Amino acid sequence: MSTAVQSSEEPRALPRPPWGRHLAAVAVLAVLLALLPLVLAPAQQAVAVRVLIFALLALGWNIMSGFGGMFSFGHAAYFGIGAYVSVWLLVERGVSPWIGMLAGMVAAALFAALIGFLALRYRLKGAYFALSTFAFAEMLRLLATNSDLVNRAVGYNVPLRGESSWAFIQFEPGAAEYLWIALALTVAALVVTIVFLRSRLGRFTVAVRDDEDAAAALGIPVMRTKLLTIMLSAAITSVAGTFYVQYYFFVDPDVAFGSSVSIQAILPAVIGGVATIWGPVIGAAILGPLNDLTATLLRDPPPGLEFLQGRAGLDVMVYAVLLILIVLLLPQGVYGAIRERWERR
Amino acid sequence: MSLLQVDNVSKTFRGLKAVDDVSFTVEEGSILGIIGPNGAGKTTLFNCIAGAIAPDTGTVRLSGTDVTGAAPHKVSKAGMARTFQLMKPFGSMSVLENVAVAAMAHGTSRRAATDAAADVVERVGLSRWRDARADGLPTAGLKRLELARALASRPRVLLLDEVLAGLLPAERLPVMDLLETLRSQDGVTLVFVEHIMAAVMRLSDSVLVLEQGRVLTAGSPAEVTRDPRVIEAYLGEEPAGAGS
Amino acid sequence: MTDPTREHGAPPLDRGTVSTEEPPQTTQLTTPAPGGRRRAVAVRVAAVVAIAVVALGLAYWRTGNEVVVTQAVLTGLMIGGVYGLVAMGLTLIFGVLDIVNFAHGAFLAVALYITVEMVGRFGAHPYLALLVSVPLMFLLGAAVQRFILSGAMGKPLENQLLITLGLALLIDNGLLLFYGPNPQSARLPNDTGINVFGAVVTVGRLLAFAVALVLAGLLYLLLQRTRLGTAIRAVAANDSGAQMVGIDTRRIYMATFAIGTACAGAAGVLVAPLVTIEPTTGELFNIVAFVVVVLGGMGNVVGALVGGLLIGLTEQLGALYLPGQSPLLSVFIVFVLVLFLRPQGLFGRAA
Repeated sequence: MSTAVQSSEEPRALPRPPWGRHLAAVAVLAVLLALLPLVLAPAQQAVAVRVLIFALLALGWNIMSGFGGMFSFGHAAYFGIGAYVSVWLLVERGVSPWIGMLAGMVAAALFAALIGFLALRYRLKGAYFALSTFAFAEMLRLLATNSDLVNRAVGYNVPLRGESSWAFIQFEPGAAEYLWIALALTVAALVVTIVFLRSRLGRFTVAVRDDEDAAAALGIPVMRTKLLTIMLSAAITSVAGTFYVQYYFFVDPDVAFGSSVSIQAILPAVIGGVATIWGPVIGAAILGPLNDLTATLLRDPPPGLEFLQGRAGLDVMVYAVLLILIVLLLPQGVYGAIRERWERR
Repeated sequence: MSLLQVDNVSKTFRGLKAVDDVSFTVEEGSILGIIGPNGAGKTTLFNCIAGAIAPDTGTVRLSGTDVTGAAPHKVSKAGMARTFQLMKPFGSMSVLENVAVAAMAHGTSRRAATDAAADVVERVGLSRWRDARADGLPTAGLKRLELARALASRPRVLLLDEVLAGLLPAERLPVMDLLETLRSQDGVTLVFVEHIMAAVMRLSDSVLVLEQGRVLTAGSPAEVTRDPRVIEAYLGEEPAGAGS
Repeated sequence: MTDPTREHGAPPLDRGTVSTEEPPQTTQLTTPAPGGRRRAVAVRVAAVVAIAVVALGLAYWRTGNEVVVTQAVLTGLMIGGVYGLVAMGLTLIFGVLDIVNFAHGAFLAVALYITVEMVGRFGAHPYLALLVSVPLMFLLGAAVQRFILSGAMGKPLENQLLITLGLALLIDNGLLLFYGPNPQSARLPNDTGINVFGAVVTVGRLLAFAVALVLAGLLYLLLQRTRLGTAIRAVAANDSGAQMVGIDTRRIYMATFAIGTACAGAAGVLVAPLVTIEPTTGELFNIVAFVVVVLGGMGNVVGALVGGLLIGLTEQLGALYLPGQSPLLSVFIVFVLVLFLRPQGLFGRAA
């Protein structure tokens, strides 16, 4: 055809997705962070591990709710399943948490497929969809709280082995191995995100999010695409749950399935940038140290604020303010805004 | 056997008969134009054929296979593509990605899909916008993108819902040329809804006139435009070429 | 919940919808159904009553003790009235502003602590706190809408949801910071029980129920009989249309959010004597209120009151069916069933 579309206004070109560059950045980050134990004090290392757990949770959420556009307010369900399945296998059956991690991923993915199928079959959208995910997570919390099978409200303590073991993910408190494992899991989740995005499934997922009717009309199986995306998202988040228990040696229904977990899956992604590869990681890197900072402040308040001594709640208040400000002022998140500025130049 | 066979399709919305007992057939390699005043049920008819909504009664057959009420992606897999009158781009993707994803949905590998998409993008004249975000395109670009995506799924039947509306007269000609090549070179069968009579007259082998959900008449373009009922119901309503 | 008259047949698997075919969404706040639909509503009411009767029968069969069942029904209805009041505020906000307000329970929590302060510091009767809480929460609601939420009007649903979630976290944890996690109470003086068919209802519950119903009635009258109410209903039905006839929609948004928040403020005072007061108490009410709102139909104020009573009953009877489980579990089961089978609510029209 001879004449091209006429227009005075040139739209902004979308750079070809630099998959290779993203993967290279992941590799560089992995190497840098792996060296952290050499320079960090144990307390700071604990902050780093917390950041990585946050990141893992949010990377999972971002797949379903960011790239998939299905807003989940119930990712605690998958985190909790990852935590409980692995700790149950460990405590009751002596199974290695690595196996437990895989089992947790499968269980979380299956549960996600079930509730996802129900929610999509009945065409829940927007607020209704979000509320249904929340309801299922809460139901799991209530069931766990009152079920003898998983020790009711008491939950589980991870039995101490008295020796370091890679097979059972147990090391000296503050050991570098914890950071390396958390790092490896996060890097794996990042790589999975990148591979997912450039895969057929990832392309379909974004297409379905952008316009479901058009996607279906072009031959994309909408339901299957959504379900696979939800399952992948749940599996990633469940890994965070499994690691969490092994790292903190403890889980109970509130820690695993409480609504605050769902919120912690959302916060890093929103603050860093929803539906971006790096948003959840950057958001987690902002939230983790903030958490540490507020904890220090409450332990040791500056003059004039002594009444804060030993109080709780300041950390979440800071998150909350940050969340409100980001949504109002930087709806694309920190990474999204930076990228935008970068591309404008 | 006709490539597309529509028998007695009806669809009622809240007591309103949007499509009322419509039947027609389309032979392989032909072009059918569908005209009718606003609200005649053209888009609903398209939705019934393409699986976006299930008709209340009637059947739709694609080369003999019953696809009535099948899910849209299955209809697409069976070889029927459609465009949307209200354009539905994948806004966050580039033009090339929009088209590539359609090729991918039909089993092409990622690399091959990108190559095929580049060809289609070139063919519809969107090369200059290849890497632009789809939601930044003007109407004319979005219309072409609809067409490009549908083509990338390599359909046997292509349903076009007002692809010319919103284009400047100068922009229409190349699209019409393209549609003719599609039929003559690629053997694609076309069914198109259009308000722009010049295009209907030039492209169609036969024309179906809808009014209030029913088939008013059908025939060659010349026959149809001479039909006094058509002139009264449709042509008299607004000057030919309106709606752009 | 398998109501055979439901109008939206379960859609076949995996089929896209055509959004352009759907009529524009309108919200009906209180106006009763027009004549043609009255019968359908009657059928639904009958279905709800039938389910309630069956539920009561089952509860009796399960426990074999009518006093226990009577007690559950009375307690359920009493607390259900308060749930209804909480949910009326929430549903009003949804109907007019299209905001799923996660901060509603947090506002209620603020009212709880206002009551604690009134009782603790001044030795006042807990319900005197209404005089402080309702106007204060009205102003707080107005301020929140004007200065925080107005920036997100018309933005994607997620933005508003996240902002109200942020507000909820901010308020809940602010209360935690200042009051600590220890439970507080604001008991009524001389709260005696009254014997009803062998069951016992405390004066406190009865009062809370009665005042909640009165306030709900006042809200209904406000919406139906005043100019402000008419304007609110107009904005709920069609905000651009309302704007065209000269209604200042921004003012209505602010007033509606303020009224909705004042409802939470009133409900907080009413339940303060009945619950242990912790910073997270509001969250529980928020969850229940969401369930009630969906059950009654999002944006339906009368539905919210009826839904509140039903959820109050569900909670108490559910505790009889599922002994050893949290009463919330049965609430969630009902919630999920309603979401799937009647997302438009028991009294809404099919989407």
